[in-house]
Amino acid sequence: MIFRHLIILLILLPIKAFALVEVDITRGNLNPLPIAVSPLSIDEKSKISFEKILKKENIGEEISTIVENNLKQTGLFNSLDKDAFLQKPDIANLKPRFEDWNLIKAQVLITGKVSFVDEKLRVEFRLWDVLAGREMMALAFTTVPSNWRRVGHIITDKVYETLTGEKGYFDTRIIYVAEEGPKTNRIKKLAIMDQDGFNNKFLTLGNELVLTPRFSPTNQMITYLSYFRNLPRVYLLDIETGLQEVVGDFPGMTFAPRFSPDGKKIIMSFAENGNSDIYTMDLENRIVERITNHPSIDTSPSFSPDGKKITFNSDRSKYQQIYVMDSNGKNVKRISFGNGLYGTPVWSPRGDLIAFTKLHKGKFYIGVMRADGTGERLLTENFYQEAPSWSPNGRVLIFYRETKTNSKGEGFSAKLWSIDLTGYNEKMVETKTDASDPSWSSLLSN
Amino acid sequence: MNLSKILKNGFLILIASLVLTACATQKKVSTGKMQGDVYTGTDSVEYLASGVPDRVFFATNETVLTTASRETLRKQAAWLRKNSNINVVLEGHADERGTREYNLALGERRANSAKDYLMTYGISSDRISVLSYGKERPVDSGSNPLAWSKNRRSVTVKAN
Repeated sequence: MIFRHLIILLILLPIKAFALVEVDITRGNLNPLPIAVSPLSIDEKSKISFEKILKKENIGEEISTIVENNLKQTGLFNSLDKDAFLQKPDIANLKPRFEDWNLIKAQVLITGKVSFVDEKLRVEFRLWDVLAGREMMALAFTTVPSNWRRVGHIITDKVYETLTGEKGYFDTRIIYVAEEGPKTNRIKKLAIMDQDGFNNKFLTLGNELVLTPRFSPTNQMITYLSYFRNLPRVYLLDIETGLQEVVGDFPGMTFAPRFSPDGKKIIMSFAENGNSDIYTMDLENRIVERITNHPSIDTSPSFSPDGKKITFNSDRSKYQQIYVMDSNGKNVKRISFGNGLYGTPVWSPRGDLIAFTKLHKGKFYIGVMRADGTGERLLTENFYQEAPSWSPNGRVLIFYRETKTNSKGEGFSAKLWSIDLTGYNEKMVETKTDASDPSWSSLLSN
Repeated sequence: MNLSKILKNGFLILIASLVLTACATQKKVSTGKMQGDVYTGTDSVEYLASGVPDRVFFATNETVLTTASRETLRKQAAWLRKNSNINVVLEGHADERGTREYNLALGERRANSAKDYLMTYGISSDRISVLSYGKERPVDSGSNPLAWSKNRRSVTVKAN
């Protein structure tokens, strides 16, 4: 629904700016950029209108808090304490007094205002380079009031892109599996939330086991595994209409689904008589194509962003390793050669890296390597963690982690975590229930 | 299932069991309920009928049947031959120390090892279906080698 009502955009003064934040892919940012996010100003009349519609006392403040939290989460920015601000939010229409912001060591400043116009939410914001004393960007957009959280995310995406030179990942959602109940009989439901944990919604009731949901890179479709009627099959779910259908209805088990980069095919494993191979299905004409034909287990396939290659998991060399092949199944090459077992390869949206799970000497790692297998870097080590999914800009990985139980089998939990490509900024992603199998959407607006 | 595959699997099982037996006698690993890392206890075992255990256990990352597993499956086959009206589901499982998708495939392969063996003892494939749960339905929630060994299993469940 909300996606049709969107938005935007009246670009007031787009200024091509140089990046203020150096984004290194092998190192954390040790000097986060000090940024001041001034609460968006709001006139009294608009304030009352929004209070009525959204039950929020000051929507300007709320939106700027979203921006501030988003920026803080990246580890690249240090948002300054609002109590130290010398200038009030009503600066939105004026040029800021740069000396005042300089004094509190802000290098970048965000100002803006919100207003209620023709039953719509109108937002203007400006990004200022405090040191140079100039405006870097100014944008305005109008949307339905209920989209107010998305407005905060879209502002963050614009700011992030201007300051780092890379696309943002804030106006996005995460699909995951919500878990409850004892470890021996977990209840699992599909759930979806905004990237920052808000607007959480359950998409299934928990009557049947569901696993491994994945977002389409092009639209609001999900593919996942459901045990509906005890027949593990790949399903397709339209999260806007709620319609779902089975797509992998073969005489065995279909599992490990993902979309092709154009969203037109699903690639998945099909298991029959003890052997799992990889297949694709064209969603339009339902033509099924066999991609691998090998007596070993072939699973966890993932397309390269140009659709020309597929990385997958196979035990054809006895244990789980990562392989790359052409999209027609030709030229199969093993790329993981380190110590231990490798699983869940997933191609970065940038195309250069493959993220994976590694098991070595009883520990689980999330790591990345180049598509030719060189340059392996392990980002994080734990008792159990797996299933990385990339942010749409290829900067952050989200995965899930499970705890070790005590001698009585108690204390189990499963949570989502995110980590920067550098291995820095590891954070738990708050969810209302236990959670696993996260998948990041692409940017909802562009 | 064609005959050559049955024969091939049977042959592999034979070799594997010889290797396993050899290992077991050499190492004499004894934790009370495990041999190597295959569970040999009866804690979670249920019975399809008197003297007919419902499940077999596997070593880490393995899908071959041990000597004890083959003995159990022969008892199941005898019981199924006597009760020709009963169909079964073989539920394959893995422990929690593996990635979810690979474990689904591994569970499917384990259940099919058991199925192939039942078929070599005269049970028609029409009477056997296979369902993999991967690591989704452990019987023991512990995070230790003994718990994991109980969870690496194929369980024969009556379907009707």
